[in-house]
Amino acid sequence: MTTADVRHDWPGSTLARVPYWVYQDEANYRAELRRIFEGPVWNFVCLESDVAARGEYRTTFIGEMPVIVVRDNDGEIHAFENRCAHRGALIALDDQGTAKHFQCVYHAWTYDLEGNLVGIAFERGSHGRGGMPPEFCKADHGPRKLRVATFHGLVFASLSPEAPLLEDYLGEAVRDRIARVLRGPVQVLGRFTQALPNNWKLYVENVKDTYHASLLHAFFTTFRVTRLTQGGGVLVSPDGGHHASTTIDRANDGESGAYREQGLRSDHEGYRLVDPSLLDAVDEFGDGIKLQILTVFPNFVLQQIANCLAVRQVLPKGPGAMELHWTYFGFADDTPEMHGRRLKQSNLVGPAGYVSMEDGCVGGFVQRGAVAAPDALSVVNMGGERAESQDTRATEASVRGFWKAYRRYMAG
Amino acid sequence: MAGVDSPVVDWLPRISQLNADYARAIDDDRLEDWPAFFVERCLYKITSADNHRKGLPAGIVYADSRGMLQDRVAALRQANIYERQSYRHLVGLPAILADADGGARTETPFLVVRIMRDGTMDLFATGRYLDVLVEENGALRFRERIVVCDSGRIDTLLAIPL
Repeated sequence: MTTADVRHDWPGSTLARVPYWVYQDEANYRAELRRIFEGPVWNFVCLESDVAARGEYRTTFIGEMPVIVVRDNDGEIHAFENRCAHRGALIALDDQGTAKHFQCVYHAWTYDLEGNLVGIAFERGSHGRGGMPPEFCKADHGPRKLRVATFHGLVFASLSPEAPLLEDYLGEAVRDRIARVLRGPVQVLGRFTQALPNNWKLYVENVKDTYHASLLHAFFTTFRVTRLTQGGGVLVSPDGGHHASTTIDRANDGESGAYREQGLRSDHEGYRLVDPSLLDAVDEFGDGIKLQILTVFPNFVLQQIANCLAVRQVLPKGPGAMELHWTYFGFADDTPEMHGRRLKQSNLVGPAGYVSMEDGCVGGFVQRGAVAAPDALSVVNMGGERAESQDTRATEASVRGFWKAYRRYMAG
Repeated sequence: MAGVDSPVVDWLPRISQLNADYARAIDDDRLEDWPAFFVERCLYKITSADNHRKGLPAGIVYADSRGMLQDRVAALRQANIYERQSYRHLVGLPAILADADGGARTETPFLVVRIMRDGTMDLFATGRYLDVLVEENGALRFRERIVVCDSGRIDTLLAIPL
């Protein structure tokens, strides 16, 4: 695809306006897969504990490209395209497993755990006839290999030699925010997939959008899990692509009137839980941060909502569809009380989450609402025009940050 | 299965009636009646076959008291936003698996069609109910209902309980 095929008609350099064609245009979507997901970024692929043992593997995607992530016999993690060098079939068919090597089912071509083609069935033919030409060099054929890097139990992969080192890609502030939550060996508690009827960017924007949280999610505000009037702020990485928003607990929220004054749906006085054990949270990280939502461009979310911890992987599935892969986790050293608390609080998130259910449908509302308005502009102006860290959550700074990074990669 | 001399074998018609009543309450949008199908100290969980097989304990919905079920209904009615939709449950025949500490352990297959406000009908979930039923004040109730969905992939969102 040439650059000329992809739309570039943005309304000037402002980050505060986004045309709706970016969520709809097929050519633009194809360009995103090449320039972003397969470009100089780091994609989250799995947890290190998902491939803990030697030979343990998982299959996932970089954009739409199928990949295998596997730990070899020396303990190194490798990632390579899940595509046989022979006829292009998937090499591994299961979501996860353990392998000594991988063999394509179609014609039994074999790969080692680094993704090298090491065996061709009947390479020398049968009874002296047939077989591969003698000059065929297995080392010249193989699925594309990816760079792999880990950080605090997270595994990222990149197809591009131009992506900076993962540590530099994340930056110090985001690294600190990840390290704060991923303090030790994790224990996976469950996995769910949510199929969302919207462009992948609408979900990423939603996660970065600190403005919507307490307005769309009435459950949040009603039980004072977060309100815009609570303390906190949003950190935006220098390149705009990553963010971390935090909510700091305040014992006395004397500003609840702000919601009533504005007539907002989110304020329901007198709504109380019959069983309040759901919100029996403890300050497990010892810093008073009740809630932290963090994104790494383009596809990763780390979530701490009270004691409910999860990673979410965003996978595009065409211009108008995506999948969200949730992995709920705790820590290997959780007490039975903390374990039980995490299971209860998992009601807050996921496809049926009290504070995330709406995120499953609101992207579809935009996708459907703007269907006839590809050239109209969405307004992303809360908190001004710029994409920098702010000490309030009544801002769309981190959404503008996303577009700053997005446009840079797409200009590529 | 439970032995032929087990008292719970006689429960089969009552279990079938309970399952039918449960499905009607949800499909008729009488969600407020739903918590009463459970005893006060109960476990209701929606999970996937994959999580269940691997022993991963988290649920899409996880409630260990009737109060949490009441809270779920209150949140759906008062706080959560989702497009108007309804379910049609088709509940299969219960298999009585065993006596379970004064009750019966059963497994019942189900199929749920979701009907959206624009008329779209989709097969939303299939799976099995893994139940522990007990008698309380002369009525059968769920002490445990683990909803094991065959697929772990949920379309858009799961609002109404299964």
